[in-house]
This record gives sequence, structure tokens and C-alpha cells, in this order.
Amino acid sequence: MIGLFLSPLLPASIGGAIEFIFEPQSSNVTGGKKVGGFSQVIELTITQLELTVLALGLSMLVALPVGLFLGHRGTGELLAVGLGNAGRAIPELALIAFMAAAIGVGLLNVTIALAVLGIPPILTNTFVGIRQVDRATVEAARGIGMTEPEVLFKVEVPLAIPTLMTGIRGATINIVATATIAPLAGVLTLGDFIINRNVYGSNGVLAGAILVALLALALEFSLAGLQRLLTSKGLKLSAA
Amino acid sequence: MNSHLLPLAAVGEVGKSFFHHRTSETLPCQADTSKLFCFDWAKDNIGRYETPTLQHVELVAISVLVGFAIAFALALLAHRRRWLQPPLLAATGVLYTVPSLAFFFLLLPITGLGRDTVVIALAAYTLQIIYRNTMTGLANVSASVRDAARGMGLTDRQILWRVELPLATPEIVAGLRIATVSTVAIATLAVFAGGGGLGQQIYTGGQLTFKTNIIIAGGIAILMAISFDLILLGIQRYATRWRRVAER
Repeated sequence: MIGLFLSPLLPASIGGAIEFIFEPQSSNVTGGKKVGGFSQVIELTITQLELTVLALGLSMLVALPVGLFLGHRGTGELLAVGLGNAGRAIPELALIAFMAAAIGVGLLNVTIALAVLGIPPILTNTFVGIRQVDRATVEAARGIGMTEPEVLFKVEVPLAIPTLMTGIRGATINIVATATIAPLAGVLTLGDFIINRNVYGSNGVLAGAILVALLALALEFSLAGLQRLLTSKGLKLSAA
Repeated sequence: MNSHLLPLAAVGEVGKSFFHHRTSETLPCQADTSKLFCFDWAKDNIGRYETPTLQHVELVAISVLVGFAIAFALALLAHRRRWLQPPLLAATGVLYTVPSLAFFFLLLPITGLGRDTVVIALAAYTLQIIYRNTMTGLANVSASVRDAARGMGLTDRQILWRVELPLATPEIVAGLRIATVSTVAIATLAVFAGGGGLGQQIYTGGQLTFKTNIIIAGGIAILMAISFDLILLGIQRYATRWRRVAER
């Protein structure tokens, strides 16, 4: 039954996919031009990383200052938390499709679309992280003569780092996952292997899936490591 | 068993009939690509969203139920056997990190394409959120409440089902709400794995130029996410009626 299902795409095997990653393969539709291989894999990986970093940077640029400001002031909870909840309901495919159809294809438009997905988790977690800091600690900081920016950056932000980083990691996962469908809007990422099956064949599709999964995991692990580096020693001691 | 899914097997073919149908009778506002929304087309074609919408609801409902059953069982297990907590958190974390589109096609050599694959991937995606919230809910039950229950002569099992789980319900349902809303959004990608759903209307025959269609299908997905969220909120209110009594 499953064989019948797969008839147009067989054979897809792990071995074939690995071969696709390292050696260019012939394709049915490119008129003899070979597809896949290590150089194309690297090229698409770089585009996907570039897109992810640009979009993440843009969403941090928007969401971090707003989250820090609202969190420090303790106002705008409805905006910060409500936006975070609403952001989850945005259908990725519809967002990318709409950006491509209404505004146009290209790196800038896709970056903006992906940044939209990154803003809600960063904003919500920044706000919540800052708000969760013990008010007595903040009062103590004011008491020893710290200015408001000092209170924010020397007390509140260090204490909020774990929550803040959770938001940034969530945004990164969202963005890198959705960057996979960027080829629909004219930016060739690793998702091209997955979406254009008739060009790359089923081994290419599987290879794309493996590469995208590895890329997402690598990003997640690096950010987890970064979080450990950024967390102050005192916090780690109190957790242990 | 899966015969009804066969027409959706090849991704490239999904929605092709729709595309042909659409171009065969072009309305004036439809031909004008600068228009954002074509009301005439929407009025005539609203019926074509019925099947994808129902498919979408089905995908989300099955995936979340399967995910909930697994995550809930894992949480209860880890609640009893503490040493399981770090590995389970790490494992569900990895599943959560793998992009859904990649997940669909990693399953390609095992389950092929179709609805089963989509359900497995979407369910795997919900595990982390539901598992973590259930664990948090159970951990937040205060030790004195547990002691009181034990003092009244309840066994461990009775404490779990009659005291700890009812007290953890708000966190558990909160996890379920997050998981459901995200799943509604991600399920639009099911079209690439031959799972149907609303994505089928957005990504028609590889074309992304007809905005009205994208807006309607995206709008239905957002409304669906909100409806699911409200239903679960209602369930949460109903399941925790004792809370309101206690607050009085």
C-alpha cells in the first residue's frame, strides 16, 4: 500500500541522500546539468543561514528594545503577551505566500516576513523575563544609587537572561524552519531540495530534510551554549 | 485503508485542477494583479474551502490528541521516575527543534507521504510543549497539599489523580492551547507532504500569485486557531470550577 503511494518518488534511501549531499547527481529536468553535490549544499546552507541571521537580527532590533522598555516600566502587558500568543497563530505558508504575492519576491521581503515570525516570542519573553525580576532586588539597586539604565542593564537584564534567551531560541527555531519555504518567494535555501522534488529527485528531498534538521539542531545547540556563557555565575550557583 | 488519500500523493499535482478551473473563467478583478482582494471571486468560490478546512481540522485534532496522549503518559512516567526527566526533556526538545517540513521528509523512507506522515510529525512537535507544561503543573503542587492528602490516607495513585492532576489542570490546558494554536499554523505546510489541508489552497500548482486565495485560506487558518483556543479555554474554565469557588 505504501509502495503504491510512493510510486512516483521511489527510491529514496539514506545512502542515496548522503551521496546527493557530496556528489552532484543527474536530474531528469535540467537537460543534463547535474544537481546537488557539496558545493550546492554549501551555497544553499549559507543562504539559509544568512536569511536566518538577517531576520533574527531584524526581529531582535524591533522586539528587544520594546520588550526591555515595557518590562522595565511594567506597562503594556496586554501588548507584549497578547502579541506573543497571536504570533503563534500566523500560518507560515500563508505569510510567505502573501509577502511574495502582494509585495514581491527577494531577500528583503522574505527577511521581513521571517522577522514577523521572530518578533512575538522575543517580545513576550523579554517582557516576562524583566517583569519576573524580584521587585525588592530592583528597589535595592535603586537604593545603592544606580540610575535607571544601570538598574535595567546591570540588574534586570542579567537576571532575565535565561527567559530572554528562551525567546531568542524560540524565534530562531521559527525563523530557520520557515526559511525552508523561502524558495517559494525566490530565495534559494536548503528547502529548495525539498520543495522542487522534480528537479532534485527523492534522494534530494531526503537530503534536504536531513540538512535542514541538522542546521536547526546546530543553531539550537549553539544558542544553548551561548545562553550558558551569558548567564551570570551567581545565577548558575543558585540554580545548582 | 489509505486509498482515499491517493489523489494527494504527488505534491506537484496538488491543486492543479483548482488552478485550471480558476484560469478557465477569469473575473475582471481576478485578472487585475494589483488588486489585494477580489470579492466577486471570493463570493463564487467560498465553497471550495470546505473540504480543505475540514481536512485541516482533522489533521490538527488527530495530531494534538496523539501528541497529548503520548506527552501526558510520558509526564506521568517521569513524575514517578525522576531520573527520566532530563533525557525526556532533551528528546522532546530535539523533536521540537527539527523544522516540520524537514520532519515530513525525514519520514519519507519509513512512512512515505500522506496524512499519516503529517500526523506523526505534527504530534511529535506538540510533545515538548505539553510534556513541559504538565511537568511544571505537577511540580507546582505544594508539598503541604501533598502531605495533607497523604495524611487523609490517600495512596500515591489517588494523590496523583484526585489532588495533583486537578491542581495542575491550568498549566496542562495552557500547554495544550499553545500546542494546538501552533499546530493549526504549521499544518498549512502539510500540503508539501501530501496531507491536504488549507495549505493546499495557498500553494496551488506551485503558484503564489493569487492574493485573494491566500488571504481567505490564511484567514480561515487564523480563525481556526482562535476557535480552538477559545474552546480549550472553555474546557479549562469548566474543568477548574473549584478555582472560582476558592477565590470567592
